[in-house]
Amino acid sequence: MKTKLDWVILPALGFAAAIVIWHIVSQTVSKELPSPAKTWNESRDYILKPFEKRGEMDQGILRFTWYSLLLVAKGYAIALLVGTPIGFMLGLSKTFTKAFDPIIQVLRPVSPLAWLPLGLVLFLGAGKQASELGALFTIAVCAMWPTVLNTALGVRAIPQDYLNVAKVLQLSRRKTLFHILIPASLPYMFTGFRLSLGIAWLVIVAAEMLTGRPGVGGFLWQEYNALNYAHIILCILTIGVVGFILDRLMSLAERRFKTA
Amino acid sequence: MGFLELANVSKSFGDSPVLQNLNLSVEKGEFVAIVGFSGAGKTTLINLISGLLKPDSGTVTLNDLEIVSPGPDRGVVFQNYSLLPWLNVHENILLAVDQVFPNWTPVKKERHVEKYIAMVNLTEARNKKPSELSGGMRQRVSVARALAIDPQILLLDEPLSALDALTRSTLQNEISRIWQEDRKTVVLITNDPDEGIYLADRIIPLTAGPAATLGPSFKVQIRRPRDRKAINHDPNFRQLRREVIEFMLESQRGRHTAITKKLVLPDIEPEEPNPALLMFGTRPRRRNEVKEETVEVS
Repeated sequence: MKTKLDWVILPALGFAAAIVIWHIVSQTVSKELPSPAKTWNESRDYILKPFEKRGEMDQGILRFTWYSLLLVAKGYAIALLVGTPIGFMLGLSKTFTKAFDPIIQVLRPVSPLAWLPLGLVLFLGAGKQASELGALFTIAVCAMWPTVLNTALGVRAIPQDYLNVAKVLQLSRRKTLFHILIPASLPYMFTGFRLSLGIAWLVIVAAEMLTGRPGVGGFLWQEYNALNYAHIILCILTIGVVGFILDRLMSLAERRFKTA
Repeated sequence: MGFLELANVSKSFGDSPVLQNLNLSVEKGEFVAIVGFSGAGKTTLINLISGLLKPDSGTVTLNDLEIVSPGPDRGVVFQNYSLLPWLNVHENILLAVDQVFPNWTPVKKERHVEKYIAMVNLTEARNKKPSELSGGMRQRVSVARALAIDPQILLLDEPLSALDALTRSTLQNEISRIWQEDRKTVVLITNDPDEGIYLADRIIPLTAGPAATLGPSFKVQIRRPRDRKAINHDPNFRQLRREVIEFMLESQRGRHTAITKKLVLPDIEPEEPNPALLMFGTRPRRRNEVKEETVEVS
C-alpha cells in the first residue's frame, strides 16, 4: 500500500499541482501563455496522429522526434568514438594528461550555442550538407566531455591487482587492453556514456533551432515564430519525456555493467 | 646453489628501509613458509620474487636466472584473490592457460582448465562470477589459476589471512593435499606460525620492521601427511612453535616505533542532519580535517 502511494499517487499529485499552477499563471500573470486545455486542443492532432506528414514543418510529434533521435544518434556515436580513446589516453599517460588536460578544461564549458556557428563555418564548403554536418559537429564536441573524463577516471581507478595479474601473465598490450583495461573501466565508461547522451539530447534542440532542420527543436522554433505558443509547450514536454526515457534506458544498461 | 636464491637483497621505499640484507635459499620441491608481523614487508618480499618489484641491491635468481620482471614461470596467489570480476571461474583460469600455452588446441586447454577446477573442488561453481563466491572459494580459484600455468615455483602471499578460521583450516588441508600431489616449490608468506608449521618443510621468521631481515630457518620434522588433530599434541610441533614465536618477539623488542601516517578515511556526512544543530550548534570535526595522527606501536 505504501509503495503504491509513493510510486503512483505522489507523482500524480505532483503533476496535478504543476498543471494547476500552469493554469493559474495562464489566467492571471501571462495571458499569452496557453492554458493546459488550450494546449491539449491545439496539440491533439500532433499527438493522436504522431507519424503523419502534412508538410516539411508540419508533421506528427513522434515523426519529428524520430528525426531528432536520428541526428542525436549520429552525433552521439561520433562523440563516443572520439571521446573514448581520448579518455583512455588521458587515463593511461601522465604526459598526455599534462599536455591536453588544460585545453580540455578550457573547451569543456563552451556552450553549444557557441560551437554551432563554428561548426557551420567549418563545413561551409559542404553546400546542402553544411547544416547537418555543423549540427553533428556541435553535438559531438559538446557531448564528448563526460565520456572523455569518466573513461579517464575509470582507467585511473583500475585496481593494481588486475594490472598485477596482467603483468604476471605477461599479457600483450592488446590483450591487456581488451581483457583488463576495457572491462575494468566499463562501469565508469557507462556513466560517461549516459551523461553524454543527456548532453547530446540537450544540444540537438539548440542545433535544430538555429539551423531550422525538421525535428522537435526545429518545430519548436518555427511554431514560436508562427505564434503557435501551444506547440512550444508540446515540444518542451516531448523533449523532456524523450530525455527521461533515454536516461532510464542508459541507466538500465549501466546497471548491467555495474554488477559485472 | 638453491633453486630459488635471494642474495643480500635490500629494498627501501623512499627513505624507509623495508627489507635489509635478506638471504634465502629454497631447494627444488621444497615448501618454505615465511612468517612475519603485519607491515614487516612480507608482501614486498613476495613482490621481489614475483618480479613486480626490483631490489635496490642484491639479486634474486630462480633456476640460475636472475629475476628482472614478472613472468608466468612464477605462479602468484595474491592476498586479495585478484580474480577478474567480469569473468567466471572457468574464464579466469582459461585466460591464464590461454596466455601460457598458446599453441595448445582448444580442447586440450579446456581439459586442462577443467582438471584444475576439479583439483580445487569447484566443478559445481565453474560458471559463477567471483562476486557469487565466498572468500574461500575465490581463493581456491586463485590457487587453481596459479597452478594451471604450471609455474616453476608457487608464491602464496598470505592467501588465507582474509578467511574465517574454519575455512582457513579447510583450505590449509587442501593446499597440503595439492602440494603432496605435485610437489611444486612453494614459498608461503603468512602471519600465522601454526599455518607455516602445518604446511611447510621449513619455516623462517621475518624480523619486525623497519629494515626487516630473515631469521634462522627452522626445519619442520613432522612427517606427512600431517594430521591437524594429532599435530597439536606433537611435542615437536609445540617446541618449534615456541621457538619461532620467541624469536619473533625477541626481534621485536627494543623497536618502539612511532608510525606517522596520513589518514585518508572517507568523510562521512551525517545522513539526516539536525537542522537546528546545523544552524546554531558547532560543527563537529570531520575526519578529513584530522591531518595526521600518531599511532604508538610497541
